[in-house]
Amino acid sequence: MTSSQEVVQVQPVHAPALEMRGITKRYPGVVANDGIDLEVRPGEIHALLGENGAGKTTLMNILYGLARPDEGEILIDGSAVRIANPTDAIARGINMVHQHFMLVPVLTVAENILLGEETMAGPIFIDRAEAKRRIVELGKQFGFEIDPDVKVGELSVGWQQRVEILKALYRNAKVLVLDEPTAVLTPQETDEIFAVLRRLAEEGHSIVFISHKLYEVLAIADRITVIRRGRVVGSRIPAETDESDLAALMVGRDVQLVVDRGDSHPGEVRLQVEGLKVRDDRGSEVVRGVDFEIRAGEIFGIAGVAGNGQDELVEAIVGLRKPAAGSVRLDGRVVTNATTRQMTNLGTGYVPADRHRFGLVLSFSVADNLVLTDYYRPPYAHGIVRNDEAIEERGARAIAEYDVRTPSPDVMAGTLSGGNQQKLVVARELDGDLRLIVLDQPTRGLDVGSIEFIHRQAIKKRDAGTAVLLVSAELDEVLELSDRVAVMYRGQIVAVVDGRTADRNEIGMLMATGLRREAAVASGSIPSDAAGSPA
Amino acid sequence: MTAGLDRGEDSGTGPGKGAGPGAGPRLATWMSRGRLLQIRTAVVLPIVAVLLAVVVGSLFIYAADLIANKGALDLGKPLSAYAALVKGSVLGFSPIVTTLVAATPLVFGGLAVALGFKAGLFNIGVQGQLLMGVLGSVAVGVALADQPVFVAVPLAFLAGTLAGAAMGFVPGFLKAVSGAHEVVTTIMLNYVALNILAAFVAGPLRVPKAPAPVTFDVGHAALPICLGKTGHVGILIAVLLVVVVWWLLYRTTLGFEIRTAGANPDAARYAGMRPRRLIMLTMTMSGALAGMAGAGELLGVTHQTQTSFATSVGFDAIAVALLARSNPIAIIPAAILFGAMRAGAGQMQIEARTPRELVDVLQAVILLVLVVLPVIARALGGRGARVVPEEAQTITKSYASESVPS
Repeated sequence: MTSSQEVVQVQPVHAPALEMRGITKRYPGVVANDGIDLEVRPGEIHALLGENGAGKTTLMNILYGLARPDEGEILIDGSAVRIANPTDAIARGINMVHQHFMLVPVLTVAENILLGEETMAGPIFIDRAEAKRRIVELGKQFGFEIDPDVKVGELSVGWQQRVEILKALYRNAKVLVLDEPTAVLTPQETDEIFAVLRRLAEEGHSIVFISHKLYEVLAIADRITVIRRGRVVGSRIPAETDESDLAALMVGRDVQLVVDRGDSHPGEVRLQVEGLKVRDDRGSEVVRGVDFEIRAGEIFGIAGVAGNGQDELVEAIVGLRKPAAGSVRLDGRVVTNATTRQMTNLGTGYVPADRHRFGLVLSFSVADNLVLTDYYRPPYAHGIVRNDEAIEERGARAIAEYDVRTPSPDVMAGTLSGGNQQKLVVARELDGDLRLIVLDQPTRGLDVGSIEFIHRQAIKKRDAGTAVLLVSAELDEVLELSDRVAVMYRGQIVAVVDGRTADRNEIGMLMATGLRREAAVASGSIPSDAAGSPA
Repeated sequence: MTAGLDRGEDSGTGPGKGAGPGAGPRLATWMSRGRLLQIRTAVVLPIVAVLLAVVVGSLFIYAADLIANKGALDLGKPLSAYAALVKGSVLGFSPIVTTLVAATPLVFGGLAVALGFKAGLFNIGVQGQLLMGVLGSVAVGVALADQPVFVAVPLAFLAGTLAGAAMGFVPGFLKAVSGAHEVVTTIMLNYVALNILAAFVAGPLRVPKAPAPVTFDVGHAALPICLGKTGHVGILIAVLLVVVVWWLLYRTTLGFEIRTAGANPDAARYAGMRPRRLIMLTMTMSGALAGMAGAGELLGVTHQTQTSFATSVGFDAIAVALLARSNPIAIIPAAILFGAMRAGAGQMQIEARTPRELVDVLQAVILLVLVVLPVIARALGGRGARVVPEEAQTITKSYASESVPS
């Protein structure tokens, strides 16, 4: 048996709300789940912790009827059940809140919740009044008030998530599975959703909380099951463990969670952005006058909730988008309208936020992807003819230097894991002697080991005297690495603070409202009770 | 038969994802499997398509037979029909030459379509570009009809190529400057080409006092015969072009740019390639290849033309490119298959009394299966069918909304 029984010897008082026994799922060439046991008690928040690709999603897909296990059984309230599809799962009280919400933005809260589960008044008409009453009541029961007539598209991400949870509760969910629920939330929203989850647990609901964020798991879970490569490698109670213990379990070796950033020695000004205004694809001005400068040997972090103009700002700097106004200077030279290729040739490395969209051609080999930006010049080309030997060599070198785990440089990039794909982009963009590197969400969706590696590379570059621009929706990442932190809100930089002394909550507040806490309360843009983070 | 196709990896736990220390043996098995899958999708689908076409074709043969014989059913009919088809296309030297001659324009046209697919462009205008190739080569060929062969032939062929290239440039230019979709513009330009050719043949190129509009013979500009009675040197040029296109795509930086733009236009932009320029260039080259198909047909086979130039090569070429999965080398067998069907159709009609239109049915079924099957598999299978061939993607994307490339 696995260690979950050994470590946690507490006998359950009731039958577990959910039990998965010996779940095994094989895909060609890989065992995704290898005899996994999971037991979730009534009223328990049970965290499922593991790196990307460890098998969490497969396990939950099996629970939700999206995949069929090769071996093993599922028990609900002590009796074995067969779950053939999501409809079965929902009928048995199992509901899932997906990472990407399954909501229709143009429909109201009530309409979204009713979809597929209509409360009928007679054979034809939907009993909207009754449905709305139930929704409001459910919300109150779990500590939030929601207007059922608001269109979902007008709600913030945090509230949309609550709608998803309401949807599950409306369907009488007993076991609620949340897949990486905090990935899109600000720290405040995370705290709020945690409060809702605790309330749910108190009411007797069981919650499976999937995550790879250690501190979150420690904050919310009653029990933690760690999965690595398809097996349960341990089970813990938050009181008896800490982040480094969990990280070691998860990765299989000791991991340095916060890379020691050492001292930075900023030099002369490298990048100078003045009055920059940028429009998005629809023509609305999403960067509305931004000024900052980055010095050599300095990491400048931009924090902000996704969609506040960071993407367009970065694209304007690296040459993918023409600014509407303002200027960008690199080493004193105006590069406002430079192309991506000119920027590359001036010594800019750029790790884009969306590696699948910009960073890689998934159907190309690893080696071809490594020369994506300099395929046209020696030694990778002689005139118009490719030099496959040199390209292959570059591939082999980068694989070794940047620890890209691939069987060979000829493998299609699309077959690598997310972490290795990102290392591939990093290997290409951070190679050589650079003046400026732009890291946009450099570790989104990556496992702890890859994050550590990429953070080290950023610091190495900083120490080598490169100016580093780091944009990330992960506030912790920005705080851990940056010498200075700017907060971007609705297209403007609302504050720049020292990265070493910055206060997490203060920045969270700035990210959410664009105002410092006192100012936000005073202006009434947030109610005073929401200003402080819940206990 | 689609269930097993492309069944790669599941979302969260793809084989590659857990790659780490000690994953060596697992990676090895997955590698060989990955390779196998690639080969399977590249080979199985075309074979399935051809087999399915044969089955559907049999139904057509029965139906045609029932009508012709007033209800008497001959169970062995499909067999004798297909036998005649094979006999007329590959049994003997002369049928083989006929097949190769019929395959030649399909190679040029197939390359034209495949090059477009590689860049993410769907060139349905091969037919029109081919007709401009006919016009260019007949105009210059007639003018040089009395010049020495080594002057007349290259110039006439070149003229056809350039005329096709010009016709291909137009939709490329329109897409680059305004985002006008090449599917729409090339379909419309096909009619433009049709009527330009008719106007020239009825006008400046017409043989004076001929009862119906027709051009003079191209005389010395005709492609020399190198094989049997009808095997012109266009066959060799076609093979040469296969090599050239392959080299261009896989051995040059331009080919790398074309393939990048086709596989991921955003990444091409990110990498500093110029998508607008690539679109114009690729469409022009594609048009040039289509022009060669026309020049080859005119200078190698018909030597003159009437107001309409009877051919369906421009459209058959799409099927050829799809069957070859846009691989330049695979274009040759695919073109030979289609050429053989064309070549054997006559024999089949005479011997088995099966209408030669059967060949169109076979081609249509192959095309349908190649394009539709992967898309259906994806719609039904969710994860089961992640790998939709690029060509099918390009075609389906053609019907989605279009954004202006930058």
